[in-house]
Amino acid sequence: MPAKRQARAPVFAALGDETRLSLVAKLCGRRPYSISQLTRGSKLTRQAVTKHLRVLESVGIVHSVRTGRESRFEFDPQPIEGIKQYLDFVSEQWDRALSRLKSFVED
Amino acid sequence: MNDHIEKRIELKAPVSRVWRALTDYREFGEWFRVKLDGPFVPGQVSRGQVTYPGYEHVQWEAVVQKMEPERLFSFTWHPYSVDPKIDYSKETPTLVEFRLEKTTSGTLLMLTESGFDKIPSGRRLEAFRMNDGGWTAQMKNIENYVTQTS
Repeated sequence: MPAKRQARAPVFAALGDETRLSLVAKLCGRRPYSISQLTRGSKLTRQAVTKHLRVLESVGIVHSVRTGRESRFEFDPQPIEGIKQYLDFVSEQWDRALSRLKSFVED
Repeated sequence: MNDHIEKRIELKAPVSRVWRALTDYREFGEWFRVKLDGPFVPGQVSRGQVTYPGYEHVQWEAVVQKMEPERLFSFTWHPYSVDPKIDYSKETPTLVEFRLEKTTSGTLLMLTESGFDKIPSGRRLEAFRMNDGGWTAQMKNIENYVTQTS
């Protein structure tokens, strides 16, 4: 269960930013996107988009793929799935502990 | 998906009974399944040995934060740190809070565990949640994506 556990906190931190979350939302709908496509229609500069993509890349949420002269970015669901599974696991342990507490105090 | 865990449970027992089950270290150990070395004291480390079948090798360690009689009991820990190969002490601990409220039939127990995000201020995420779409919707997108592609 706790495999790759160390990687979780940075994933949460990377997602704790509105701009990055909006990039993730865009990227997880379709793939891959170039930086120009991600910049178009947004208030962000190309540099800002690049900076945020690098943060997401550092925790494995996006990967860059080279197509010709351009880098494109694609979404990788794995790190987010990982933290979700971890929270589900902790949550389930609490359900069990609280049901034991219930029997304990109600008996 | 959230960055914290929240549970509510109705217990048919008086608040004083629930408070004892939570804060008396022997009683806590009974239902939580851990053999603790000594009483809970705010500001101090609580240590013991997990007694849950299959996890007897696991050391329990938490730092007691608050004990406000019959209202609030809290501690920080590294949740379910069951892998002996991992040094959990390097990670930021999460905060577990038990809040008690008297009801007509007994006690309402509210549990929260927070701090999974390790962000100094959780406000950014909170703010995002209030924006249209929000975190939940984004996670839905991501989940849809995951299901479609797996």
